Amino acid sequence: MTQPIPQNGTSKFVLEARSLGIYYGNFRAVIGVHLPVERNKITAIIGPSGCGKSTLLRAFNRMNELFAGTRIEGEINFEGQNLYDPSVDPVEVRYRIGMVFQKPNPFPKSIYENIAWGARIHGFKGNMDDLVESCLRQSALWDEVKDKLKQSGLALSGGQQQRLCIARALAVQPEVILMDEPASALDPIATLKIEELMQELKKNYTIVIVTHNMQQAARASDYTAMMMINDERAGTVIEFDETNRIFTNPKDKRTEDYVTGRFG
Amino acid sequence: MKTLTPAPSPKGRGESTTEYNVNIEGRNRIGLVWTLIFQASTIAGIIALIALLINIVDGAFGYVAYEAKVDPASLAVDGISLEEQSKEQLVVLLKSKLSSGAFNKLDKDKPFTDRSRADVYQVVIERIVKYKVVEVWNLWPSLTQGAEIRVEIAEKYPNAQLKFVSWLTADFITRPQSSEAVSTGVRTAILGSFWTIIFTILFAFPIGVGAAIYLEEYATDNWLNRIIQTNINNLAGVPSIVYGILGLALFVRALEPLTSGQIFGLVDPTTANGRTILAAGLTLGLLVLPIIIINAQEAIRAVPQSLRKASYGIGATKWQTIWSHVIPNAMPGILTGTILAVSRAIGETAPLVVVGASTAISFDPTSPFSKFTTLPIQIYQWTSRPQAEFRSAAAATILVLLIMLLSLNASAILLRNRFSRRY
Amino acid sequence: MAESTIKWVETDKRPLNLRRKLRVGELVIQGLLFFSGFFSIFTTIGIVYELGKEALLFFQMPEFNLIGTIASVEWKPHVGKFGIWPLVTATMMTTVIAMAIAIPLGMGVAIYLSEYASPKVRSILKPVLEVLAGIPTIVYGYFALMFMTPLLRSVFGNEVVQIYNTASAGLVMGILILPLITSMTEDALSAVPRSLREAAYGMGATKLEAALQVVVPAALSGIAAAIIIGISRAIGETMIVAVAAGAGPNFTFNPFEGAETITGHIVRISGGDLAYDSVDYNSIFALGLLLFFITLTLNIISQRIVRRFWEVYE
Repeated sequence: MTQPIPQNGTSKFVLEARSLGIYYGNFRAVIGVHLPVERNKITAIIGPSGCGKSTLLRAFNRMNELFAGTRIEGEINFEGQNLYDPSVDPVEVRYRIGMVFQKPNPFPKSIYENIAWGARIHGFKGNMDDLVESCLRQSALWDEVKDKLKQSGLALSGGQQQRLCIARALAVQPEVILMDEPASALDPIATLKIEELMQELKKNYTIVIVTHNMQQAARASDYTAMMMINDERAGTVIEFDETNRIFTNPKDKRTEDYVTGRFG
Repeated sequence: MKTLTPAPSPKGRGESTTEYNVNIEGRNRIGLVWTLIFQASTIAGIIALIALLINIVDGAFGYVAYEAKVDPASLAVDGISLEEQSKEQLVVLLKSKLSSGAFNKLDKDKPFTDRSRADVYQVVIERIVKYKVVEVWNLWPSLTQGAEIRVEIAEKYPNAQLKFVSWLTADFITRPQSSEAVSTGVRTAILGSFWTIIFTILFAFPIGVGAAIYLEEYATDNWLNRIIQTNINNLAGVPSIVYGILGLALFVRALEPLTSGQIFGLVDPTTANGRTILAAGLTLGLLVLPIIIINAQEAIRAVPQSLRKASYGIGATKWQTIWSHVIPNAMPGILTGTILAVSRAIGETAPLVVVGASTAISFDPTSPFSKFTTLPIQIYQWTSRPQAEFRSAAAATILVLLIMLLSLNASAILLRNRFSRRY
Repeated sequence: MAESTIKWVETDKRPLNLRRKLRVGELVIQGLLFFSGFFSIFTTIGIVYELGKEALLFFQMPEFNLIGTIASVEWKPHVGKFGIWPLVTATMMTTVIAMAIAIPLGMGVAIYLSEYASPKVRSILKPVLEVLAGIPTIVYGYFALMFMTPLLRSVFGNEVVQIYNTASAGLVMGILILPLITSMTEDALSAVPRSLREAAYGMGATKLEAALQVVVPAALSGIAAAIIIGISRAIGETMIVAVAAGAGPNFTFNPFEGAETITGHIVRISGGDLAYDSVDYNSIFALGLLLFFITLTLNIISQRIVRRFWEVYE
């Protein structure tokens, strides 16, 4: 688990957390996380409830500080640049590192506008119709909605809404897409579609996904990080490896208990 | 050591045990009595509302007995009754009956050649015929004691005419204010209310919504922002008359050059001070500002957090998020709250009395720097007069005001229902 | 798949610049919004400063003395008589009468609405209350003079009840405040968790016992806040007393006599042509300031109580 120090844009690691600690006020939620995220791979973060999976994920695009008011120690490198350097613009960070949330949250606007808005605010100058179509095709939603682009995004089913949210994230052409339990609010068929979609997307994007569904992590991801809370109730990554090793031959006893269902 | 009371024996149906005086029946009786008391208070409230509305309607319709100073019949020329005379004939009549000074003054106000026939006729009625109300009855006695009223009038005022009138008429709404109750109207007051409210909205809406956005989206939890929030909550409870006094000192006196239009070189010749529509509008603006802020805050708070997250998640800036998602989704709520605040402003009387509403003006407001009167001011003035006929005019004005407020509130409710099922 | 014109950027070859940008527009807007938020502070400063300034002129007048204000029962500032009691007692009388109506009725309606009324009845009654709350106070003034006063006179006799009297103004003020007290009380009652009611019912309490002995005590601080706000509102209420209570300070405790409240006095004095810096002009600022501090104190107390109340149930 030793990695070479990445060079700008050349390292195989897009994102890398080093000695990362995250605080809510005085409460330390996450401590000492080292986590590399490889380019064009899917990295899953698993672990029991309350172990700080989502907190860690949201630290990757500086979403935490907006709503929770968190403080951070250590660093997260994105293409070799520290995301938490005082000179870094969080808006710029979220532009490069997109996010899909646990509950589908389309804007109460038309399907078309849901996708076009993000591109527009980032000064997209090309053909908007083509961009919308392209994003909807990439998120495997085009055939279902091509005749009703003017309809409200809220009129879609839950699974469709979530794919619309993915399309919306694609429209600003991010490098990384963070997914916070993207299928937890969906039925099994919709979940399967999202998983297939992720396999499709990883050709062009790097994906980090938080999930509490172990089968999902085993099926869909290339790497898996196992998180657990320590004695001080702070979450940390206890094991990180290729997914099949985590699930077949974990080194840590706690990981083994968790993935075989003996946890708790 | 305390001895334990034996456990109560199992209760049989309808019979009470010796240890407990359960007395379900008695307790239910008391419950029933109190239920009736609660219902009675509710009914009392409803009765109060109904009594209020009936009282107003009662005042706005009914018999009026009036005498003419000069019998219109005596003004007929060549067998043509006054009502059918042409404009030219009426002008001749005015010239012959009025002093030349009074006639010239009327001509100077607005040349007779420019006046319509209806206008000239109105002048004839007001200046020559001079109807005078001698007695007024409310709707209820008019309906129930019509015969007695007729007898009474015939005895007391043999020359008087008796007529059943609605004080609220199209003429009443379109006529300017007049010193005679029968020929008065609320046109000046309606226009005054509209002008005033426009400045209230122009002033309070942007600042109010801006403040709400600041407090909900930008303000962190520090002492300054807590003070701002507490201050707004407190201002919402300050009596309206205090705002009137503030308006008098600030807008009428200190900012007189602005509110009288002096700095724009637009001084209305009829006003030489700051007691203008602009001063009134700004005063009411200060008054409703906290209400608009509090309502808008609630509307903004109702926009789900997930929407903001979605927007930030694709790299939108704060203002892009607020402008494109928060404001559009909060707007129906903001507008509803603003309409309610505006209807409060339309009904306000006390602050405008203090700011200096004019007691008698008969010309329409033409600029923010005009003198003003409003519907509530008109109601206040007419209610305060001892003559019954003016109280009837006040009742009719109340109906105008209530209809205005009712339609405003109805539109607020429609807006609320139309947009309430978004999420 | 149709040929797309979209050129997907090879994102890893895109220049990477995460540096903070100076977004001038965002800063300007934030500044404007902060100004709007801060604006209301100016209103408060304006009230305290402007009213205080003129009130100070009033207190500095050679004729003015504090003893005279407290010890005398005659308020005629223009002849140097500054006994504030007539205005204060009149304000107290209308307020007490109004609360005597509004508290019991308001409690009754609120308990009925929150504990007894079916959803359908509630959906009819709440708009009725809103209508009642939306009627301008001047209309209540008309109602007091044209309905309540004749009613009182026909009940108690014309020689007992004067045309202008504090009873009529106070009673109608009670009706005016009723919706305010009702809605605040009802909010407090509905905030009491259902589990508390269920606990009471589960022990065999009747509906009334649950309502009066469990729900109402649990909501007591919320109800107290409602009453305090009601009192503050009654003290500051102007048009009803201006129309119906009487036009002239009168030191009396007879509710059937005319008397002038603080607010009524301000309206009457300023309704005439008021010369700047005259005694009358300055006096309304002193009275306004008094009114401001009384109502402010009551409102702050009420807010404190309300905050503590909601803390319990959140």
